[in-house]
Amino acid sequence: MVEKKEVFVQGNIACAEGALYAGCSFFAGYPITPSTEVAEHMSEELPKRGGAFIQMEDEIASSIAIQGAAWAGKKVMTVTSGPGLSLMMEHVGLAAFTETPCVFVDVQRGGPSTGLPTLPGQADMMQVKWGSHGDYEPIALAPNSPQECFDLMIKAFNLAEIYRVPVFFMMDEVVGHMTERVQIPPAEEIQVVERRWSSKPPGQYRPYEVGEDLVPDMVKAGDGYRIHITGLTHDERGYPAMNPTAHDRLVRRIHEKIRRHADALVDIREDGIEGAEVAVVSFGITSRVAAAAVELARQRGLKVGHLRLIITWPFPGRRIAEVARHVKGIVVPELNMGQVVLEVERAVAGRVPVHSVPHAGGTVHEPEVILEKILEAAR
Amino acid sequence: MSTDLYRWADQLQLGTDIDNPVMPFLRQDRIPHIWCPGCGIGTTVNCFARALTESGLDLDKVAIVSGIGCTGRVAGYMNLDSFHTTHGRAIPFATGLKLANPDLKVVVYSGDGDLFAIGGNHFIHAARRNMDIMVVCVNNFTYGMTGGQVAPTTPLGPSQTTMPYGNFEPSFNLPFLADACGAVYVARWTVYHVKQLAKAMQEGLKKKGFVFIEALSPCPTLYSRRNRLGDGVDQLKYYKEKSVQKNGVDTKELALGFQEEIIVGKFVDRERPTWLESMNEHFSRVLGTRYQPWGVTHAED
Repeated sequence: MVEKKEVFVQGNIACAEGALYAGCSFFAGYPITPSTEVAEHMSEELPKRGGAFIQMEDEIASSIAIQGAAWAGKKVMTVTSGPGLSLMMEHVGLAAFTETPCVFVDVQRGGPSTGLPTLPGQADMMQVKWGSHGDYEPIALAPNSPQECFDLMIKAFNLAEIYRVPVFFMMDEVVGHMTERVQIPPAEEIQVVERRWSSKPPGQYRPYEVGEDLVPDMVKAGDGYRIHITGLTHDERGYPAMNPTAHDRLVRRIHEKIRRHADALVDIREDGIEGAEVAVVSFGITSRVAAAAVELARQRGLKVGHLRLIITWPFPGRRIAEVARHVKGIVVPELNMGQVVLEVERAVAGRVPVHSVPHAGGTVHEPEVILEKILEAAR
Repeated sequence: MSTDLYRWADQLQLGTDIDNPVMPFLRQDRIPHIWCPGCGIGTTVNCFARALTESGLDLDKVAIVSGIGCTGRVAGYMNLDSFHTTHGRAIPFATGLKLANPDLKVVVYSGDGDLFAIGGNHFIHAARRNMDIMVVCVNNFTYGMTGGQVAPTTPLGPSQTTMPYGNFEPSFNLPFLADACGAVYVARWTVYHVKQLAKAMQEGLKKKGFVFIEALSPCPTLYSRRNRLGDGVDQLKYYKEKSVQKNGVDTKELALGFQEEIIVGKFVDRERPTWLESMNEHFSRVLGTRYQPWGVTHAED
């Protein structure tokens, strides 16, 4: 796999390869359909590629074992699906609050509960935005093909390092299991962001001291810094600071470090937005069906634009608001009962009608269903 | 009893400027600590500091991980790389830390509720794997931080805030559990047995594999007061009078009753390949030169 430039693999394998190319050297996970192939591939490859793999006793353990490994200096990830994601939620908050770079892959299936283990869904979108208690700003990406599983996984790791946040990789059963051609560029062409290591010596280093970009530099255990890291509200030294002032300062900063970089975190693939009467906003597997619906609408002479969200969180509200000024309506298909559409509505703020195209999951939309909404929006 | 202790301290003229050998191991800018007078957690920390001194370990390579609760605060006071994680999950965090940098000596220091109720699953699996970490459990039979609720270690009988009519649930025999799951070193002492506890910790720090040390400790504010057991010193008297040292005894015999006999000692000390040793040995055999033993060449990555 390493030497080849072009392979024919399923999304789950492409995701695992993307992680390896991004420098992931520690994986902890727990088997769950439809994500298991990611863990299986990592268990096969990591021992041969300078990394360590462990199958933990559950998702709770997996989601914190990776954080221990991150503080020992590794790039880390875990993978799961809905029920496992629910179990991991407390540690999403730990990663957000202790600013531990890590990647959570969620190969979404139909939910709630055990739901449809072998069939697709996109109903975890709001869970990854809000699922852990307290306030924080996660980053989430949504690939729609095995190629993007590879490419965007590298981006996911890079963003985790740049902003020191938990990054969610929002796949789904179809993207995970579909097999397509994947181009793997030569390693030297792949841009990999390394950890923001502090250059300060022990004694001068403070774990949560920040500069302009509001993201602290990191050190690792074993290097003589004698750091203290806690999930309690903490000050710049990393020490517990149980008072409203320290809490306000810290919670604001972990939001501001993302919000201040909101423009850099916009990643939308746009198609035919210029002059469009209707815009479709989609992400992940649904974007492929939406593209087919857009094509059908165009065949009927409608001017339809398509915005495919690569980064869903933070939500690119400003761009959506701009688009809303020039179209008659916005159509939002997704494999859930209407989650990301809530953010679209918030950004559009009543300027034009927003048409949700919900779907309970288990399969993808029929393009005609989305087409119907496009036609309705154009009327 | 406690007034005797203060008189004794006065006689020895223990001042604030005394050069305590434990101080270099503490984050002095975080003192005073949160523990109640008469609590035994601080005593175990003192033993741990002494064990570290005696161990000769490079303290830059020792990391301590705690969960949540009164004992969960230990990590925050130790002048080591220290991690105060989530409730019950110190062991899996420590597992990741240790595997990612096998050069580290990783110690998990937490309470009985944290390690054996919410964290029980992680404990049994880390012991089964023989993960190379030392787990110190300060067992005070109760949830101190939340105000004295029943724990999986509470003996039959005593009242707790969520067992107001007395506990009717059987409790865990922790050394037996650790032994059955595969721990390579198992010991129990009380905070009365400071020398023995410090020695057990010292041995534990030297030992490769999953080490479990149970340290019985008074909780005078909640457990003792609620059950009319007197103050911390009264519990130390109980430990002194009712403890029987039986090294090597079958761990099945170590169940604890309410204010009954306490068997202390070292019960298990055996050799078993650690998870990391097993992985390296196995992959080297199966994958040959395609495998670079983990932690040997990658420790400095």
